[in-house]
Amino acid sequence: MSNNKKIYDKGIVFTGLVIFLALITFPFWYNRGIAAPAPEPELTEKAKAAKECVLPADEMKTGHMQLLNDWRNDVVRNADRMYVNEHGKEFNMSLSNECLDCHSSKEDFCDRCHNYASVKPYCWDCHIDNPKEKM
Amino acid sequence: MKNYLLSLIAVIVLALIAYVGAEAATWPQYVFGIIIPYLAMTIFIMGTIRKILGWARSPVPFRIPSTCGQQKSLPWIKQSKIDNPFTFFGVIVRMVLEVFLFRSLFRNTKCKMSKGGKIFFDLEKWLWVGAIVFHWSFLVVLLRHLRFFTNPVPGCIQFLEQVDGFIQIGLPGIFLSGFALVAGAVFLLVRRIVIPQVRYISLASDYFPLFLIIGIALTGILMRYFTKVDIVGAKEILMGLVTFHPSISANINGIFYVHLFLVSILLVYIPFSKLMHMGGIFFSPTRNLANNSRAVRHINPWNYPVKVHTYDEYEDDYREKMIEAGLPVEKE
Amino acid sequence: MSDELLKPDELIANIEPAPPRKGWMDTPINIRKGMYCYASNHKSVASLDLPNARPWNPLEDDWKLPENWKDIIFNGFRERLDKFRSFKVFMDICVRCGACADKCHFFIGSGDPKNMPVLRAELLRSIYRNDFTTAGKVFGKMVGAREMTMDVLKEWWYYLFQCTECRRCSVFCPYGIDTAEITIMGRELLNLLGLNIDWIATPIANCNRTGNHLGIQPHAFKDMLDFFVEDIEEITGITVEPQYNKKGADILFITPSGDVFADPGTYTCMGYMLYFHFLKEKYGLDVTWSTYASEGGNFGLFTSHEMMKRLNSKMYAEAKRLGVKWILGGECGHMWRVINQYMDTMNGPTDFMEEPVSPITGTKFENAKSTKMVHIAEFTADLIKHGKLDLDKSRNDHLKVTFHDSCNPARAMGMLDEPRYVINNVCNHFYEMPSNTIREQTFCCGSGAGLNAGENLELRMMGGLPRANAVKHVHEKYGVNTLSCVCAIDRAALPPLMEYWVPEVEVNGLHEMVANALIIPGENERTTDLRGEPLAGMEGDDVE
Repeated sequence: MSNNKKIYDKGIVFTGLVIFLALITFPFWYNRGIAAPAPEPELTEKAKAAKECVLPADEMKTGHMQLLNDWRNDVVRNADRMYVNEHGKEFNMSLSNECLDCHSSKEDFCDRCHNYASVKPYCWDCHIDNPKEKM
Repeated sequence: MKNYLLSLIAVIVLALIAYVGAEAATWPQYVFGIIIPYLAMTIFIMGTIRKILGWARSPVPFRIPSTCGQQKSLPWIKQSKIDNPFTFFGVIVRMVLEVFLFRSLFRNTKCKMSKGGKIFFDLEKWLWVGAIVFHWSFLVVLLRHLRFFTNPVPGCIQFLEQVDGFIQIGLPGIFLSGFALVAGAVFLLVRRIVIPQVRYISLASDYFPLFLIIGIALTGILMRYFTKVDIVGAKEILMGLVTFHPSISANINGIFYVHLFLVSILLVYIPFSKLMHMGGIFFSPTRNLANNSRAVRHINPWNYPVKVHTYDEYEDDYREKMIEAGLPVEKE
Repeated sequence: MSDELLKPDELIANIEPAPPRKGWMDTPINIRKGMYCYASNHKSVASLDLPNARPWNPLEDDWKLPENWKDIIFNGFRERLDKFRSFKVFMDICVRCGACADKCHFFIGSGDPKNMPVLRAELLRSIYRNDFTTAGKVFGKMVGAREMTMDVLKEWWYYLFQCTECRRCSVFCPYGIDTAEITIMGRELLNLLGLNIDWIATPIANCNRTGNHLGIQPHAFKDMLDFFVEDIEEITGITVEPQYNKKGADILFITPSGDVFADPGTYTCMGYMLYFHFLKEKYGLDVTWSTYASEGGNFGLFTSHEMMKRLNSKMYAEAKRLGVKWILGGECGHMWRVINQYMDTMNGPTDFMEEPVSPITGTKFENAKSTKMVHIAEFTADLIKHGKLDLDKSRNDHLKVTFHDSCNPARAMGMLDEPRYVINNVCNHFYEMPSNTIREQTFCCGSGAGLNAGENLELRMMGGLPRANAVKHVHEKYGVNTLSCVCAIDRAALPPLMEYWVPEVEVNGLHEMVANALIIPGENERTTDLRGEPLAGMEGDDVE
């Protein structure tokens, strides 16, 4: 469009452009091209043997936080500790005793995805780190 | 057809294309998840640079700040250092306040007339409030999204998330910025449609980005709170993009691709539209110049000589009359 | 005042309450009597070697344009985009938020949506998008693009001469988009086709030839000032001796010729003469007037940057020829926009002059060290601060004063407190208008930027409505009877505006009041002000 070749106020314009580019491309240079595939949460032998969790794996992936939240409400408010899934299987609604029973390593199971997605669940504010060891 | 309907339909059609495509088969996921985002980012960056260099190719021949306060003159007269800056530093302060706090818009008034023809000026801060809410929440949402584009996620982004998510009702925790963004955009949209004068000046290209941004925000909210998306899978796609290891995860639903596609459209739209105001504000000569052109000569690079009626020509025209009137002359 | 002009209440009733249903691009242009100024006289246009001089009439269908007029506009548009970053950026970044809409005095007074600053600019932007942007070429009307047509051109002409380049909208725009800048560019484009208005074209032709807009020839200029000498003598008993074209004078004084020519500006001019006499007698200040540079104003600003430069060049040329130390500028609005924002860039550098220093107080005018031109209000404020003027404020006691900030000194310079300081030192009764109508938010007189003609009186009265309204407010609240200002156009434009909206208020200039209050050695006891009006307490006395 412009007939002009010359760029005026070069210093300040290019400084501005460099800042703009640096900001806009932040994710590109911050990660330095190091591939970051989704982490694989490590399943314990017990978990593998069980084959199925409370809900199908896909639903657990996207909805476990809500399930846990519902569990907590049921337990704390209604003193209800029993959960029955659609296959009629019963579960004790307890993070420490039920979930962590199979997924016994918080570090290798929970934290992997939580760290990847930068999620900081407040579960661990109360529930101790490795219940098996300390109980 | 009404401008805003046209824009609304355009956004809906775009969303449907992405949704139907991504749900129907796997290959469109590569199009919407990899090819288009790369293309959009490239067009956005190149287009923005081109536009900015286009502006920079035109010089600023004259120093034309809008002075919104007392000039610097006699030492005992208090200068308005921000609204009428004399120094580069003053300009920086003025620009920072303009860019981050919309200082000029804050002045906004509304003119009303009584039956008797008396004019009043009421403070009208709603536009400013709406604009501030919209832009700041957009920025927060944008920065918050860096958690999907960085590994490990920087501490400051995590901190921002915590601040933004301080309200915890159920799970997942609520991010205020997302809802503020929708509220801000809807406010700007509604005022555009409801205020007769603003509707009169609004083009389809004014409604389109608003619908687009509302669409982006709503699909985001939908994914987070309602339909649910596999967040780890989503991040995998996005990390693939920014680390140049593009990949597609299974089990990502169509809403995610709608979200990503609308963002891509927005990126492409920016350099070719009024959305370049975010760069343009820095180039506005009425705001980014010091009002010191009586003290420091401003140079116009294309200043050229012009035809002037010189004093000699003037005296030639009127010499007799000047002499008669007793006015001094160069040549008797 | 014209018989055909609407009554004030009719004019208010005529304000359009809401924009029409039909879109603005589909609303045809209607050039209405009372709203436009007569076409430029072709002789004036030709005398300046400006293009396409010819007789034409805005009301006729055929404007007698050159055959390639669209190319001229297209190329002119492109040239200006390449030369002015302001123009390019302002074409691109408006978001149409509408914050500017009810900031414009013409919109407030008319309700015509095309007088909203945003829409005035869109008149040009729509062509810009069509001719110079990708989006406009692809999406056309959806993104607000349209082709240049005769109707568009007429719309440009009609609405760009309904803008006084007052910059009030730019104060409120979040991006600082300045409609004045867009109007300036648009008028430049129109001038490429010879489409000016005569209230601008003839003054610039005059100014080029005779040195002032009114076409006063040198001997006549001196005659007119001599006439004031007699009046001053009658009122004060003092014989002032203005100097003309004096080589080696310390200071060259330049002020708008309007104050030499027409009431009530003439009283301000008498004020200057008396004031300079005092400063010469008491402090030996050596000031000269010039007949060659006898115009402070610059209607070139309303025509094109080139024309502005051509007319403005006389100031420095004359300062150089006379060998003065620096230039003192009188009260004028757009003159000071040119001096503050254009003069040094266009016609500098000025190494033949000295950095301005008041010879009386020794104050260095640091803010004017490059242009070497000082505003008389700055100069006077400094003298008063140093106690160099002997003032009797009570001589202005018959005046209840409010102050109208002229657009350009306010928004293109920021001279706000200097005149107020002077007013507070020369009169006892000063009342500010409401804060949304003064200082940087001041309202235009409605007749700036060359629109002070007789044939567009309706436009001027509606444009001046917000200003008049604020005056009316202080008139009713405090009994204000005097609207003071530092602008010659104001002094020509505001009296009819006041007569129309607030008939009890008169208009004067700052230095008229200074001269009223100034105690001059050897003067007679003053019984009247410079207008021959009795001073407070003197009403009953026999003035003779």
